[in-house]
Amino acid sequence: MTTSNPLVEVNKLSRRFDVSKPWLNRVIERTDKAYVRAVDDVTFRINKGETLALVGESGSGKSTIARLIVGLLDPSEGDIHFDGKSLKKGLKGGEARRLRRRFQMIFQDPFASLNPRWRVTDIIGEPLKVFEGGLSSLERRKRVGELLTLVGLSPEDGVKFPHEFSGGQRQRVAIARALAARPDFIVCDEPTSALDVSVQAQILNLMKDLQDEFGLTFLFISHDLSVVRHMANRIGVLYLGRLAEVADSKTLFAKPRHPYTRMLLDAVPDLEMTGRKRKKVEGEIPNPINPPPGCAFHPRCPFANERCRMEIPQLLWNGEGETACHGVEEGRI
Amino acid sequence: MQPVLSVKNLTVQFPTRRGTLTAVDNISFDIMPGEVLGVVGESGAGKSMTGSAVIGLIEPPGRISSGEILLQGERIDNLGPDQMRRYRGKRIGMVFQDPLTSLNPLYTVAEQLIETIRTHMPLSPADARKRAIKLLDDVGIPAAERRIDDYPHQFSGGMRQRVVIALALCADPALVIADEPTTALDVSVQAQIIDVMKNMCAEYGAAIMLITHDMGVIAETADRVAVMYAGRIAEIGPVRDVITDAKHPYTAGLMGSIPTLATNSDRLTQIPGSMPRLSAIPKGCAFNPRCPHAFDRCFVERPEPIASGTRRVACWLHAPEEQAA
Repeated sequence: MTTSNPLVEVNKLSRRFDVSKPWLNRVIERTDKAYVRAVDDVTFRINKGETLALVGESGSGKSTIARLIVGLLDPSEGDIHFDGKSLKKGLKGGEARRLRRRFQMIFQDPFASLNPRWRVTDIIGEPLKVFEGGLSSLERRKRVGELLTLVGLSPEDGVKFPHEFSGGQRQRVAIARALAARPDFIVCDEPTSALDVSVQAQILNLMKDLQDEFGLTFLFISHDLSVVRHMANRIGVLYLGRLAEVADSKTLFAKPRHPYTRMLLDAVPDLEMTGRKRKKVEGEIPNPINPPPGCAFHPRCPFANERCRMEIPQLLWNGEGETACHGVEEGRI
Repeated sequence: MQPVLSVKNLTVQFPTRRGTLTAVDNISFDIMPGEVLGVVGESGAGKSMTGSAVIGLIEPPGRISSGEILLQGERIDNLGPDQMRRYRGKRIGMVFQDPLTSLNPLYTVAEQLIETIRTHMPLSPADARKRAIKLLDDVGIPAAERRIDDYPHQFSGGMRQRVVIALALCADPALVIADEPTTALDVSVQAQIIDVMKNMCAEYGAAIMLITHDMGVIAETADRVAVMYAGRIAEIGPVRDVITDAKHPYTAGLMGSIPTLATNSDRLTQIPGSMPRLSAIPKGCAFNPRCPHAFDRCFVERPEPIASGTRRVACWLHAPEEQAA
């Protein structure tokens, strides 16, 4: 059930990447160091039991946020709280282990995220070894069998290697591995974008069932708005590393406020669209190394004015959700 | 009216040490002038292989083992490599998934366009350049006279795909084969590219064979759609009819499994299992292990496409003799 206490709180999170040329080139060509702000001042919270989705096109920083939250990258600025505890000051020892086991990640490509030289039993058993060292190998094997059954595979599949499975089955193994540590929170980075639609439907249904069964909280990263609509309670729309809009799934699709969200929704090809005339979509995402000043979306925005070109809009409450748009704030849009 | 492309009983096979694999299995379809035919299917369904067969780009040891391909009434499946080269680019244009690999990074866009135009049309270099600029302008590249001398890496992904479309339309082809033309692009750019393709082909009078796994793209672009499964056509017919009232159980399952912006249902319909490997295609109907309606005949006898209203469906459920029973 959805309650209002946040499990994950992300506060003014930023991450820069150094994309400078080598030192000698910089000296010769007299250029400065260059940075990409992949994630820029992002704030959101995820309540227990809900699914928050982050959508965005390539380069919007959605995968970087996923990596920051699970600790695969360190933030440049800002902080992440998990169940009230800050993850900023590098956690140590037992505390880190207790906290880390509570969040797990499912990656996009099940062909790359499973060790090809390990049997499935060992892949799923590894988190058990790390987090539940007390188990005997027999108990561990039994538990792996249960996990495999849970994700719709059979316990006998444990002796196989990843290459013996299809893409969808491999993603099931990855889900079983994530569940092995009995987590509360799972970060899913494009979990179905490498899969065919009929298999995608199986995996999405499985994830929903598991969420209901174990009361899991999901951060769901995707570029596909239709999938997001199906999975998420709340949705955050990212554009060039900043949140453009955060709203309830229903509100976002019924009444998108930010011009970028509207454009995205117009752009999605849909089965219902046959023969319908669509609105024209203009422009492409600018280069993140040198983003436009002010609101990053202003060069593509039909409502942009002088203020949009100068001042970066903050994420503000608009009555039904949050938008980072001067036009919405001023009531122009 | 004569179809632009007519594929008759096409079979593509790959002899391997462990036996012959059939990637495309006895398929037939026509594309009329100016028509957009969508070919949809999951990975391994044989949709790209069908496209490669039409343009004669099947990698050995793969080969067309039977069937005919007719372009405006002429057979092209039995042409030698040199003759085929004259067709490719001239009468059949191509757009592939990744624009970076279909453009040569060492030549400017101008050089590539002009080379292609002059190979197929008797134009002077200056006229060819003029035509190239007009094409770039038509596909929506701003400041085409200036940008034409840029290299492919200086264009963004969406702009590169526009260049590829211009390249495909260089010599006024009768047919453009587009294999996943928008898969590598972001949604907002994808929408633009779909528009450009549709408008350009209408303007230059080319029919399109649009190969994609994305039913949404097909719904918006195509006139007719062929749904492929395990190397065979499961269902072919007008897009609207196939989407709203799928007749083949596979098509119905596929449509149900696509999450859309409009549906509010909590669970997606799912088809159990996955597509069979080419080495283990079941006897009878290839879909029988996953089909909720399979009956005795499906396990023994292979269904051929049967005319059913506006469509052809390869399913025994729609055979007249079964419906009578």
